[in-house]
Amino acid sequence: MIDTETLLRRAERLSESTGLSLTTISRKLLNDGKGLARIKNGGGMTEKTLEQASRRLDELEVAETPRAKGLLSPEAMTHLDRLEAESIHIMREVVAEVENPVMLYSIGKDSAVMLHLALKAFYPSKPPFPLLHVDTTWKFREMIEFRDKLAERLGLELRVWTNQEGVKAGVGPFTHGSAVHTDIMKTQALKQALDHYKFDAAFGGARRDEEKSRAKERIFSFRTADHRWDPKSQRPELWNIYNTRTAPGESIRVFPLSNWTELDIWQYIARENIEIVPLYLAAKRPVVERDGTLIMVDDDRMPIHEGEKVEEKMVRFRTLGCYPLTGAVESEANTLPQIIEEMLLSRSSERQGRVIDHDQSASMEKKKQEGYF
Amino acid sequence: MSDVFKDGDDIHEYLATHEKKDMLRFLTCGSVDDGKSTLIGRLLHDAKSIFDDQLETLGSDSKKFGTQGGEIDFALLVDGLAAEREQGITIDVAYRFFSTEKRKFIVADTPGHEQYTRNMATGASTADLAIILIDARHGVLPQTKRHSFICSLLGIRHVVVAINKMDIVDFREDKFREIEEAYREFAKPLGFKTITCMPLSALKGDNILTKSPNTPWYDGAALLPYLETVDTSRDEEQPFRMPVQWVNRPNLDFRGFAGTVVSGRVAPGDEVVILPSGKRTKVKSIVTREGDLAFADKNRAVTLTLEDEVDASRGDVIAAAAQPAEQAGQLQAKILWMDDEEMLPGRQYILKSNNRMIPAQITDLKHRIDVNTLEHLSGKTLKLNEIGECNLSLTQRLVFDPYSENRAMGSFILIDRLTNHTVGVGMIDYALRRSKNVHWQAVDVNKDSRRKMLGQKSAMLWFTGLSGSGKSTVANLVEKRLHDLGKLTYLLDGDNVRHGLNRDLGFTDADRVENIRRVGEAGKLMVDAGLITLVSFISPFRSERRAVRERMEDGEFIEIFISTPLEVAEQRDVKGLYAKARKGEIKNFTGIDSPYEEPENPDIEIDTSEVAAEKAAEMIVEYLDRNGYLEG
Repeated sequence: MIDTETLLRRAERLSESTGLSLTTISRKLLNDGKGLARIKNGGGMTEKTLEQASRRLDELEVAETPRAKGLLSPEAMTHLDRLEAESIHIMREVVAEVENPVMLYSIGKDSAVMLHLALKAFYPSKPPFPLLHVDTTWKFREMIEFRDKLAERLGLELRVWTNQEGVKAGVGPFTHGSAVHTDIMKTQALKQALDHYKFDAAFGGARRDEEKSRAKERIFSFRTADHRWDPKSQRPELWNIYNTRTAPGESIRVFPLSNWTELDIWQYIARENIEIVPLYLAAKRPVVERDGTLIMVDDDRMPIHEGEKVEEKMVRFRTLGCYPLTGAVESEANTLPQIIEEMLLSRSSERQGRVIDHDQSASMEKKKQEGYF
Repeated sequence: MSDVFKDGDDIHEYLATHEKKDMLRFLTCGSVDDGKSTLIGRLLHDAKSIFDDQLETLGSDSKKFGTQGGEIDFALLVDGLAAEREQGITIDVAYRFFSTEKRKFIVADTPGHEQYTRNMATGASTADLAIILIDARHGVLPQTKRHSFICSLLGIRHVVVAINKMDIVDFREDKFREIEEAYREFAKPLGFKTITCMPLSALKGDNILTKSPNTPWYDGAALLPYLETVDTSRDEEQPFRMPVQWVNRPNLDFRGFAGTVVSGRVAPGDEVVILPSGKRTKVKSIVTREGDLAFADKNRAVTLTLEDEVDASRGDVIAAAAQPAEQAGQLQAKILWMDDEEMLPGRQYILKSNNRMIPAQITDLKHRIDVNTLEHLSGKTLKLNEIGECNLSLTQRLVFDPYSENRAMGSFILIDRLTNHTVGVGMIDYALRRSKNVHWQAVDVNKDSRRKMLGQKSAMLWFTGLSGSGKSTVANLVEKRLHDLGKLTYLLDGDNVRHGLNRDLGFTDADRVENIRRVGEAGKLMVDAGLITLVSFISPFRSERRAVRERMEDGEFIEIFISTPLEVAEQRDVKGLYAKARKGEIKNFTGIDSPYEEPENPDIEIDTSEVAAEKAAEMIVEYLDRNGYLEG
């Protein structure tokens, strides 16, 4: 229980910090504009009144601060600062506790942000882990070019893995369909690479806002020796204390961007001037309309069916993957703010452009159990 | 107010505004019956955080499964957990995101089924504020109390009591006031900094985005404007703390300490202390890739360099020199059990806190706490979802602050050594010191206190047998297993000791006796130090072995006879010694030209020609376990 003196002192301090007059505060606390003045002159009050006034003061102190008024001080941490710090904490934790980590680098915008965060987390050291790109051999040519230049410029160790058995068998999206192609060239290839290099933790850029089934995904996701996601042995995550212990053969997928949304990613790319693959920006590109989706003709492996016409259109991509499986959207947006503007206006969630998730909403869950990221 | 960007708005202005917003993490507590999912769905929807394709699915799902007669059922947006529950997937928390121009919000939504305590605690651990839903028709229920208690336990200081479904009670003020009074009365001992009660209808949208004309008597804010402006950061100023997460050494000239500032502020020139070592120095710089910072506040991930070449490694805490954190090896803490396998006092777990992992055991469960009534209950163990006040004993000192003062510095998780599961989480109340705790007996440091600290009964495991019988192999395996169980051990091996302590001794009978005497004494000191001491020596003479046993206390000397027959040992001849002895190149070789006297009543006998070494090791560890050596 506070005394009248403390109440008065706090009310005066609140008045100073907010610019509210003591009369206003008095009215809010005691339903009486002159109440505080009376107390100051030695007046008393009942215990019940004091208790109520003290409670209201607590609430006022919370509600009437500069922050509460929307006047954030320039030094306060913004939401992007908080997200950045959280991601850096997660990456450092993995590096400190795990023997042989790797960062899955998919060349897309989320990977770009993740890599940028890694550069920050370990500065002035280089990120103490290699980048791994699972190359299905069907990525956009611009992606591969971007990947190689970036790794060279930053002096990072880049490991590229392709499922050679798949290549020998001639597996591709046109001949085998998206499901088989994705399984062999992506899922199986990833497992091969992780096994080959004996990586025990792999950073991935997945976010919880991507779709409903990811909302409950943990930041540290544990996989058995054969890369299966065992939903029953996932660990609770409290505070920012992560349990990274694994049995021999087990590995962890770590998602440092879990709490970022698509808008956060774009805002951060804009704020930090992060370089992204030009395919995200609109340009004239040769495309074919197939099953209602615009597919870019990125090389001559793409069969053009009867009745189809290759057209030059102003298009861009909202997500990047294998070119035959990634739909383009018609757009004029060729600057970052324009992309964000378009995203905010179109408001159709981003993975729709990706053919792989289209079927049913449980498909991601199933793929995860099979070892897809 | 909401995040909507409309055609014709200026994108640069929009980005400038949105870059400056801050973040609030909150938790919603209540069951579907209270309208919790509807409330979250409503917030997501009204803040336009649902994308159109999701809305499309929602529309069709509402027709199929909805409870709102074909109208959009917001609950479906956030539920959808039933299927996973059937599959046995543990869903602790689902996180939702939405933002307005002032703030980004992260909502922790915890399914309100039987796992409520564990799930709620997980969501609450990172939340700044909690919304506790109350159905206006039912008022304060046992579950309301449970939710409030868990919020308070996890250190949430700000609570919004959302008195929902006001539309069903005709928006009556007396109903609202009645519930508000009852709640405030009940919540008094829970120590919330603010309690804000609001009359809502999540379904109809009253007092969600704007103040409702249906509640003219309500003088507070609507929910979303309140969430946008509430300031949860103004809790008492805390001194600077940064647990070292990773030491950054790109070259010999740079030595940085990377970590997240968990409280207070740090700036170059600040005097700091490295804990636990207590070394003092000053902060030289705060290094980031974009240049040095003038200061860093709570939550920022930074790299510090220090003025002096002081030693600091992962798990050390860099703290304000004037207000250092506490250190203790004995703690009292509230523990919430998260695992199907119940908590066992005396078993060793790994405690992880502030980037350190320390073997620890719960020495005493003082009482359990009933989450519905807050009553203290007696109990021997904690089961899944149970909370108890416990005493912990750590094998090393932990640097900490009480949880009530500093959430990051006062929290820990407990990990099972074998399954690696996170089995429990804890919040530190205080260090157990003699002055503060009358239950802790003021004993001098002795064998018993050391054993208690280590969680084991020290003893000497005496492996005797012929050369090549497999003593060292089995002893090594036993030591490895004990080590894995978190036991502190030491192995005295015949060959190793002869290279040092007993370098001056040969193989005459007199020297053999002296050899054993010295080893026995060294082992005895180790047992006194609390170690499980393994001695692997041929030790051929009964009387010398007996002499060692007699110098130990009852039960401290365990004689393990590796009774592998001479023929087998000679055939193995791993060191080629038997061959040399047969040729006469080695004199006084046990079994050849010097006798081996078999033990008459060994505690354990193993013939490695019949039992594999692994199996033998297992039998010995089982023996120790059965006879209580693996508990303090």
